[in-house]
Amino acid sequence: MAFIEARPAPTVHNNLLTWLRQNLFNSRLNTLVSLALLALLATAVPGLLSWGLWHAVFQADAEACQAAREIGACWGVITEKHRLILFGRYPYAEQWRPLLATVLLMGLLVISCMRFFWRRSLIVAWAVGLLVFMGLMGGRLGPLPLGLTPVPTDQWGGLPLTLMLATLSIAMAFPLGILVALGRRSELPAIRSVCILYIEMVRGVPLIAVLFMASFMIPLLLPTGTQPDVLLRVLMGITLFAGAYTAEIIRGGLQAIPRGQHEAAASLGLGYWKTQRLVILPQALAHVVPGIMNNFIAIFKDTSLVTIVSLYELSGALGLAIGGDADWRPFKLEGYLFITAIYFVFCFAMSRYSLWVERQVSHR
Amino acid sequence: MRWWQSRRARGWVYQIALVLVLLALGSWLMGNTLANMKARGIQSGFDFLGDTAGFDIGESLLNFDSGQPYWRAFAVGLLNTLRVSLLGMVACTVLGVLVGLGRVSANALARGLCYAYTEVLRNVPILLQLLMWYVLLVEWMPDSETPYHLLDTFFLSKNGLSMPWLLSSDTGWHWEVPVWADAQVTGGAALTPEFLAISLGLSLYTSAFVAEVVRSGIQSVPRGQIEAAQSIGLSPWLTVRWVVLPQAMRVIVPPLTNQFLNLTKNSSLAVAVGYPDVVNISNTALNQTGRAVECIAILMGIYLLLSLLTSAAMNAYNRRVAIRER
Repeated sequence: MAFIEARPAPTVHNNLLTWLRQNLFNSRLNTLVSLALLALLATAVPGLLSWGLWHAVFQADAEACQAAREIGACWGVITEKHRLILFGRYPYAEQWRPLLATVLLMGLLVISCMRFFWRRSLIVAWAVGLLVFMGLMGGRLGPLPLGLTPVPTDQWGGLPLTLMLATLSIAMAFPLGILVALGRRSELPAIRSVCILYIEMVRGVPLIAVLFMASFMIPLLLPTGTQPDVLLRVLMGITLFAGAYTAEIIRGGLQAIPRGQHEAAASLGLGYWKTQRLVILPQALAHVVPGIMNNFIAIFKDTSLVTIVSLYELSGALGLAIGGDADWRPFKLEGYLFITAIYFVFCFAMSRYSLWVERQVSHR
Repeated sequence: MRWWQSRRARGWVYQIALVLVLLALGSWLMGNTLANMKARGIQSGFDFLGDTAGFDIGESLLNFDSGQPYWRAFAVGLLNTLRVSLLGMVACTVLGVLVGLGRVSANALARGLCYAYTEVLRNVPILLQLLMWYVLLVEWMPDSETPYHLLDTFFLSKNGLSMPWLLSSDTGWHWEVPVWADAQVTGGAALTPEFLAISLGLSLYTSAFVAEVVRSGIQSVPRGQIEAAQSIGLSPWLTVRWVVLPQAMRVIVPPLTNQFLNLTKNSSLAVAVGYPDVVNISNTALNQTGRAVECIAILMGIYLLLSLLTSAAMNAYNRRVAIRER
């Protein structure tokens, strides 16, 4: 019996050249696109590298920076002013306190991201952590003195302020959003219309208008003589704003839950709140993890707007650090790039993390 | 069964309680406001709109000077907001579609670059981007005596961009091209650095989000649809035109509407670079007249109206691209 001789196995070329041919030059159009993009990179990248690295000045030397102007970046402005940019108007001698507070808050954020720590005691840790944060920043807790120099909130600034505004407004907007979303789906017409009115009003206006309202109108709305802290007013504004957006995202999740789930819960004798807490919300929230995380990232970025109502978060603190200093004023762009990098790291980490959470909740 | 054990009765109790609490809160806030305004001697009412504004506006589509009333200043601000928003919508859609297509392209280099583009622009606050564009435009550009120029028709300097513009004259429409002579640029349309910064910033920031919307729209079309189109002999272009796009548009239009709404609302950040949009104007009016409630009410009214108009237009378009079921 004659066999047909076996054909040799196809050779797989796993080298760079094959990859290039398959991915960049596999058709006429693709070759053209690749060549155009390579030309673009070839013109832009060397210039950027030479400006940002080869010819850049890294030491805090204003004269060297002036000499290298136009040909090299002046990272020296960050070496010189980083403490002002990171901590704003906080008293210089006391800046170990915001540093410690920031590290504490970031530590809490990081452990909250790990599955191992997802338990009740985390809430306690957060409550204690926030109290310590406030104590460190303010030097006292309400009327309670802590033996530190008191620092009023209008002197807080920079990174701790950004992180605090973001975490507190997220922490308050999330429960508010859940309540309003439930209210919007309620069978009771009065509750439903109040929630719809709130959501649509807030979503129709820009955050700036809400912040202006918080800083101009809240003093008018409260009894004469009571002046709530500007930080508190801004925090209220951001929370109310973010709450409406969170509510709409959560409503999307609630709508995806089939009627049968409600009916099953009712047949077990669960009341309204138990049904929501034990049956509906766990499923609804799992559906909308990407939306919620995007919303958190948006809130984090939005806290940058408080600089417009004169709170010195990162970009406000940069203006403060450089604006009055003629030596360093020309190098504002480098300062902005530094802040950009900080925001990018936080937001990018959050968006990567959201992909991981999505996998965690969908595998259950 | 007692009455409080009935669901309906309890529903009524909750609702009446909510309404009462809201009414009490509202009247308390109202009372405080009236008392505060009386104490500070602030007048109320919209009659100030007829008063002389007394401030100048840097750029305006209407003729405006400081002798004109407040309502006209608001109109100028509204037109400036509309100008930036409309331009931004067009620009972010064009850019976003290009980058979104790049993200699903077969070319690995294009995919990578477009990915980097969206991630960088999405993860940096829009305010920071606006401020950076503004610094680039007013501090890094050459002086107006020695502008950058392209083909002797576009001139870019610290004073902004000059470009050709259509003008009407006795003989009909003609293009007026700016001229650089005696160390200054004259003629054509001059765009201020403030306008350029806010337009560039808004368009680029929003385009990153539009790119993601476009990408998810295209990826929502099942591969089988494309293979089916190829198997009946449609060319690549016809496949896109008749099979991919109509199905992708259904997924793209609703989130695109949201992005347009966001863009309009973000245009309020113009106040940070000093572009006289409607927020800027109402802020000035508020500081001059002290009528916080009225100015903020006007501002909110305008944005609510803009949002409603944008959604109405986009919903009409959405009905055209939506699935028509028999």
